Amino acid sequence: MTYFIDRRPNAKHKSAVNRQRFLERYRKHIKRSVEEAVNRRSITDMERGEKVSIPVKDISEPVFQHGPGGARDIVAPGNKEFIAGDKIRRPSGQGGGDGAGEGGASNQGEGVDEFAFTLSREEFLEFVFEGLELPHLQRKSLKSLEEIKMVRAGLAREGVPSRISITRSMREAYARRIAMRAPIKRALKEAVEALEVEEHKDPVLRNPKRISELKAEIERLEKRIAGVPFIDTYDLRYHQLSPQPQPSNQAVMFCVMDVSGSMTQNHKDIAKRFFLLLYMFLEKHYEKVELVFVRHHTAAREVGEEEFFYSRETGGTIVSSALNLVNKIIEKRYPVGQWNLYVAQASDGDNWDDDSNICRDLLVKELMPQLQYYAYVEITPHDHQSLWHEYESVVKQFPERFAMQQIVEAGDIYPVFRELFKRRLNQS
Amino acid sequence: MNATRKPIATGSDWNFNVLERFDAELARLADIYRLDTYPNQIEVITTEQMMDAYASVGMPVGYHHWSFGKQFLAVEQAYKRGQMGLAYELVINSDPCIAYLMEENTLMMQVLVMAHACYGHNSFFKGNYLFRTWTDASSIVDYLVFARQYIAKCEERHGVQAVEQLLDACHALQNYGVDRYKRPSPISAEEEAKRQDERETYLQAQVNTLWRTIPEAPTGEPPLPGSLHSGGDDDPLGLHSGGRYPPEPQENLLYFIEKNAPLLAPWQREIVRIVRKLAQYFYPQRQTQVMNEGWACFWHYTLMNRLYDDGNVDEGLMLEFLQSHAAVINQPPFDSPHYSGINPYALGFAIFMDIKRICEAPTDEDRQWFPDMAGSPWRDTLEFAMRNFKDESFIQQFLSPKVMRDHKLFLVVDDDQAENLEVAAIHNEQGYRRVREALATQYALSVREPNIQVVEAAIRGDRSLTLHHVQDSRRPLGRSVYPVIRHLQQLWGFPVHLVSMEEGHVTRRFHWPIEDENTTA
Repeated sequence: MTYFIDRRPNAKHKSAVNRQRFLERYRKHIKRSVEEAVNRRSITDMERGEKVSIPVKDISEPVFQHGPGGARDIVAPGNKEFIAGDKIRRPSGQGGGDGAGEGGASNQGEGVDEFAFTLSREEFLEFVFEGLELPHLQRKSLKSLEEIKMVRAGLAREGVPSRISITRSMREAYARRIAMRAPIKRALKEAVEALEVEEHKDPVLRNPKRISELKAEIERLEKRIAGVPFIDTYDLRYHQLSPQPQPSNQAVMFCVMDVSGSMTQNHKDIAKRFFLLLYMFLEKHYEKVELVFVRHHTAAREVGEEEFFYSRETGGTIVSSALNLVNKIIEKRYPVGQWNLYVAQASDGDNWDDDSNICRDLLVKELMPQLQYYAYVEITPHDHQSLWHEYESVVKQFPERFAMQQIVEAGDIYPVFRELFKRRLNQS
Repeated sequence: MNATRKPIATGSDWNFNVLERFDAELARLADIYRLDTYPNQIEVITTEQMMDAYASVGMPVGYHHWSFGKQFLAVEQAYKRGQMGLAYELVINSDPCIAYLMEENTLMMQVLVMAHACYGHNSFFKGNYLFRTWTDASSIVDYLVFARQYIAKCEERHGVQAVEQLLDACHALQNYGVDRYKRPSPISAEEEAKRQDERETYLQAQVNTLWRTIPEAPTGEPPLPGSLHSGGDDDPLGLHSGGRYPPEPQENLLYFIEKNAPLLAPWQREIVRIVRKLAQYFYPQRQTQVMNEGWACFWHYTLMNRLYDDGNVDEGLMLEFLQSHAAVINQPPFDSPHYSGINPYALGFAIFMDIKRICEAPTDEDRQWFPDMAGSPWRDTLEFAMRNFKDESFIQQFLSPKVMRDHKLFLVVDDDQAENLEVAAIHNEQGYRRVREALATQYALSVREPNIQVVEAAIRGDRSLTLHHVQDSRRPLGRSVYPVIRHLQQLWGFPVHLVSMEEGHVTRRFHWPIEDENTTA
């Protein structure tokens, strides 16, 4: 007796719980690998899993086993030249494994001393954001820039010749022709029949007058049928376009960072998480996200990602140089009508004394009107300086779109985003 | 060979209709060959589901534990890197016998797996004495469900962490969860669940009796055969008398823990019991690898050939089958880079095929070595061999000189006191018996795993537990011994001593907690 059961539609992640348990147990090891990966990878390259290795000895499940040593008998296949009594030099570096002595120990294979596996994308991100106490990232509606696009909106009787819908026009014409000819055809048929009846009558009874009348009628009707136009202006149909506002599906994110001497690599790593978070958020929302990296000390420069995070400079700090550069780049490459603009700035709060109010003016007058959102994080355990205070007045003017937050360690990054999500959620 | 070849299906695609027709044909043949099987439950699954099944060591329902997750990750990784094709079959010793077919398999594979698992393994599960004695196929799935629910309940009540640690400790000892000489009571889920609460109190009462300050003969059923306390009357307070407990060394460590560990809570005892019962379920499989796979290979080979002879499959399918079959029973020689021990499929298949040969066309040598077998009806002899042996005795009994010659088996003695390895015997007249003996021993569980037994629980002293490792041929315990006795100590709750003994002499002592430190934590 046999039963066949198709289990394929059943849930497939039966091992998910066990997998989670394993990851939980080796959190520390995995976290280390993930951190290395985050530092190694580009911001745009976080959305994939990661290979993680853990030393086998750390995760082995111990059982009583024979160790190497003592005397043992080994039976092996494939003898070619040995006879009883032969001595064989002991192979060097022997693992002492004859298959029988290995018991039920880990069988991960081929004598590798690393247990390697791959984290899925979700698991990887979970570890990346672990310290950030991030709830599940959700796609929230975010106010986007609206771009006007012409979309097809049905048909109209008027329009330019280039937008004529030929099929629809022909169909209209056909319908009209049928409609216009039908009564004439009916009259014609009647006349023809009447003529026939008349002509088949006995010659004595024929009425020649009636015949010629009918003939004239038939002729007239045939003319009328021929006179129905094949196509008329009345038939023409045009494709209609109507303007429709469309959310723009591309965004550009400016990463602005102070790289003056006071920013340590630790600061930069925190900043990287912050940028990463914003990037991923934007990426979920827009089809296309471009990144522009602007670093500055006393002068600002647009650089590649590698250089942005990993090269050191010294010197003073003039923040407005960066804001100016951002403004210029927007003007040149990212017209406001087509791009959603985001700026994320990270700094330790240092600025040249007189520069902070310049920054404020720049923001209020030039940048903020164009931007979707400006997020500023100050990575410092110290008191705020003039830049912070000037920015506070920007917040007052643009409470919807300007966020600032002080960060002492990685765990503080998230609140900035919570702010962002919360506000947008209420609005929509 | 026959003109009326009308294959049931051709090509590599399959559907349920075709599978059913093949199964009907296989069932018919199995009947002709008198294969006694449980009903089959054939489940078609995806690759991912196969990896799931794999990770849970073939249990259709498993409780949750990180080690299964680790297993899953390892399987997944190996599969994705292409190091490992998934085994195309997985079969569970249950009634009905559950076999998995992967949807990616070709038609040939599905038919092969049905022949191999649903008729080969299935009949082995039903017939072999170890499986008959140690497992109850009809209740295993229910028991697994019970175990999973019980452990989930414990996790809810006592926390995942606590349960996990307990399971870690039990898993470390699960190879020592079987009475090798005593017939166990079969697993029954219904009964387990029904008597659950009853047993909790009962178990605890037993333990309490044992650990009372003033011992007296325990009332009710004695916890272990030939119970202690016989000499208790001599000492009025009964503090130091009563002899040793347990009176006989105990090899079933998990059973001993379950019944005697002083501090375990009832639910913890129940979990120890669950791990022990599952270890018992897998115990026959660990001892019948060669036989079980050999038997299944023998039958898939026989049945597939019969399908071909009857014209039910075409040449294309048969060629594909032969290639696959050859890969399965391939035995690389010891000096090949692909060598990883003796292939149980190859060895088992060779022995069963040779039994048939000896029955049907014995040579003089066979008549001399196997006087009873030579010329006997092969099907009966094969059945006898399948039913009444385990790997160790099966090899001892049925490994013929011809198979040893074919495999060119030889015996090497690896003695760390000698400078060189020595070839002790090869496949010749002088060597056959020695090689066979050694190969059989190699499959004996008692040789594969260190022999460790509980010898004393100091019930009137510091409550420490002493175990003996009976060392053989100076083979020491591996380094994993410390983590294992640490687990043991966690279960027992008091210090654990492990003494390696060889021929009456102590060779090594292991203690946990490590003796130098303060042990009264």
